[in-house]
Amino acid sequence: MFLENINVIPRQGEPAPSVSGPAVISNLSRRGFVGLSGALVLGVGLAGCSSGEEAEAPVAKAGPSPLTEVKGGDATPSLWISIADTGAVAITCHRSEMGQQVWTAMAQIVADELEADWDDVEIVQALGHPKYGDQNTDGSRSVRYNFHRLRVAGAAMRTMLERAAAQQWNANVADCRAELGEVLHTASGQRATYGELAAAAGQLQVPAEDEITLKTRDQWRYINKDIPSRTVPKIIRGEGEFGIDVRRPNMVYAVVARPPQVFGGTGTVNDAAALQVPGVLQTVRLPDASPPALFQPLGGVAVIGTDTWAAIQGRNALDVQWTDGPNADYESGAFEQAMMETARTEGAVRRNRGDTYAALEAAETRLASEYYAPHLSQSPMEPPCATAEWTGDTLECWACVQDPQATRATLAQLLGIEPDNITVHATWLGGAFGRKSKPDFVAEAAMIAREIGRPVKVTWTREDEVRHGYYHSVSAQRLEGGLDADGNCTAFLHRTVFPPIGSTFAPGLATPTDGEMGLGATDTPFATPNIRVESGDAEAHLRIGWLRSVSNIYHVFAVQSFAAEMAVAAGRDQKDYLLDLIGEPRTLDPNAEGATYPNYDASIEEYPIETGRLSNVLNIAADMAGWGRDMPEGHGIGLAVHRSFLSYVATAVEVAVDADGNLSIPGVWLAVDAGTVINPRHVRAQMEGGTIYGLSNALYGEISARDGAVIQDNFPSWRVMRMEEAPRAFEVEIVESNTAPAGVGEPGTPPAAPALTNAIYNATGVRIRRLPILGPNGRRLSLGDAQET
Amino acid sequence: MAVTLNINGEDKQVDAAEGTPLLWVLRDHLQMTGTKFGCGVAQCGACTVHVDGSPTRACVTPHDALEGAAITTIEGKDGAAADAIRSAWEAADVPQCGYCQSGQIMAAVALLEENASPSDADIDNAMSGNICRCATYMSIRRAIKDAATRL
Repeated sequence: MFLENINVIPRQGEPAPSVSGPAVISNLSRRGFVGLSGALVLGVGLAGCSSGEEAEAPVAKAGPSPLTEVKGGDATPSLWISIADTGAVAITCHRSEMGQQVWTAMAQIVADELEADWDDVEIVQALGHPKYGDQNTDGSRSVRYNFHRLRVAGAAMRTMLERAAAQQWNANVADCRAELGEVLHTASGQRATYGELAAAAGQLQVPAEDEITLKTRDQWRYINKDIPSRTVPKIIRGEGEFGIDVRRPNMVYAVVARPPQVFGGTGTVNDAAALQVPGVLQTVRLPDASPPALFQPLGGVAVIGTDTWAAIQGRNALDVQWTDGPNADYESGAFEQAMMETARTEGAVRRNRGDTYAALEAAETRLASEYYAPHLSQSPMEPPCATAEWTGDTLECWACVQDPQATRATLAQLLGIEPDNITVHATWLGGAFGRKSKPDFVAEAAMIAREIGRPVKVTWTREDEVRHGYYHSVSAQRLEGGLDADGNCTAFLHRTVFPPIGSTFAPGLATPTDGEMGLGATDTPFATPNIRVESGDAEAHLRIGWLRSVSNIYHVFAVQSFAAEMAVAAGRDQKDYLLDLIGEPRTLDPNAEGATYPNYDASIEEYPIETGRLSNVLNIAADMAGWGRDMPEGHGIGLAVHRSFLSYVATAVEVAVDADGNLSIPGVWLAVDAGTVINPRHVRAQMEGGTIYGLSNALYGEISARDGAVIQDNFPSWRVMRMEEAPRAFEVEIVESNTAPAGVGEPGTPPAAPALTNAIYNATGVRIRRLPILGPNGRRLSLGDAQET
Repeated sequence: MAVTLNINGEDKQVDAAEGTPLLWVLRDHLQMTGTKFGCGVAQCGACTVHVDGSPTRACVTPHDALEGAAITTIEGKDGAAADAIRSAWEAADVPQCGYCQSGQIMAAVALLEENASPSDADIDNAMSGNICRCATYMSIRRAIKDAATRL
């Protein structure tokens, strides 16, 4: 049952569930609004309440809204918008703000259709509640899931304001037009502000979807414009509340000593020295964890103090005997070898076109390459952090969570509390990258708060974050290619072996899931006549979880590296060869070739795999980079292209490697086709950030284990890219498109690693097949194994 | 042991355990949460404040060593360089999640106060102690150049 609530990416089934009325009412009554709900109509919105505490928009009074079944879910305007009699427009953002500028994007969509004056707009973060539909802020889908329904909500509200004005003026509604926070009567020149009309508008029925008119694209005022961020003005003054910034009256601070191994136990605990540390109040022993991992805490001992430093010092003074668990033997070197052995034998077929093995036998030239990529840690700059307050009947939490509804469900299950008695506030997230879609840290806070009877903030130190994460999976892959006498690829075999994310939710699950296979393996867009994709099993020994772009990272590293390797073997230009592999513009459905391909939860009709869009971005990026130009000694450009999260991204990376192996990145050029774009400036930022995230992982990132425990602990051993190592130049081109919006938070990441390693090959002749390239301490590339270029 | 710290021009009485880093005094005792925790070992720069004008990692600086010093945090930093940096940051939407940006801004302001027209190498040298996982590095470089023109 729990599994159904948990989103093993990408989820099967409906894109955005809509949940109807009763839950809304219980939510409001719980917070003292019972009896008021009849009066709380649109106009007398809560933005006008002086307390500021009840921030959500009120429910409309008159019966069920006809907009609950809109594509994407409930578009009832009052769920999203309230307008105070001052004219202040509060727009609810139900997705978590983690730097992707979702506050700004959601508000742009609503405000545009509402014809609100941007200066009147305030953004309100929604609580975690099913009435909003999907709040799981991952999968690069906040815009895709909500674009239509938020437009409908804004347009419905605009229509109600126009109707209210028409009633007031005894005018024909067709002669009343909303514009920038006012309704105008075109003939008489009469005008009324939204604030003046709000109360009357709130008395009206919500119009049905066919009674409203969405703007045409040329009428957009905010959508597809570089609208400035709504968070930045606070950030530059140190304002705004992240999870780690929450403070409650009478609050204490906790850190937790956790067993080094997943499912290791806590043996004897001697806390005498810890309790001597100034400021330490008490310790709390947490229950040992048992499979499946889900989002349960890992167990261990919490140290409670009067400030965070006291708790950390107390933890340092703890004497705990940890006991071994079922993962005690996990050792990354041996595991790599075992996985690679699996990749050398035939696996389970996940997609098949033609007869790949026969075509390999018949090929003029055969190539085989093996690729390895290690575990990674998401490592957002704000580590996991949560505050919980337990009253005896109710639980209230404030935390930097990507999915406040999964948080609520997790707390309800682990603590045995009715969901209606749990309130989850999503704060700003100081980065997330998938880590904060797992609310184990909130559960820790809740369990400790109930135990000690005081509000408590649990802070994860950086060492905790690096050593006790939900890691990006480790992987081994073997690719084989067959070329004919002209060098054309006639056979393409891709075997991938990795512990699946599903193991976190179903103990012992070792077979890669369809969702993960669909991230860069079963969706390979090549026109090659014979394609076979196979998977091999691998058991997880750490908690495996989502990390920005997930399995695309290792799959695209292997596939796009191998494409360049085949081009080299064929003696052909790498860009031309890649374009040939992609083939003529067409749509592709892996389901027709035996795959079970989720297509990022989108319908393959609405979001087909369009190979022409892939070739287009590849051509643009190559042109931007000056592909084919004369390069200085030691310089090389590498290319990679991939469709992920329904967007098409091509990346060209230039590297420079000197005679000593010192590596730098003079430039990156990226072309993205993400369909309709809400905010081009912020899309460019996501492309830069997503790419550098991928470059950082490829160059430096490696989480490894010994005796079942993660070895790395903080930024010295878990290395991430710094400014001096970042590309010197970075250009992004966004392809103009009228198609449906696709993702932007993640698609920049997958092509980064293979574009980089292809560039290194072209610069030096060194072919990188094992990541990371430099690791935590490496400064120089080893040039010893350079091949003929 | 109670000590007096001068923070953003105001004297504050603090009673924290001996050796408690300034970071936790600011955040947990004084509720000044603009200064962030990132690593605790002076490797990421999220906790950067100014002590007598110099960028300083608050996570490894004992508060009780700072009596008599002028401590400036993101909440209190002002002046021409700070104004220029904030304007440039806002004009380009430099921050993404924003968590590291207090430290980035404090480091960038200190750079501009020392060097009104920094080169690319100057910027890399001054800013490479500040990690940004959103990777706003390209924007930060451009914005520091922009801020220099605003001075």
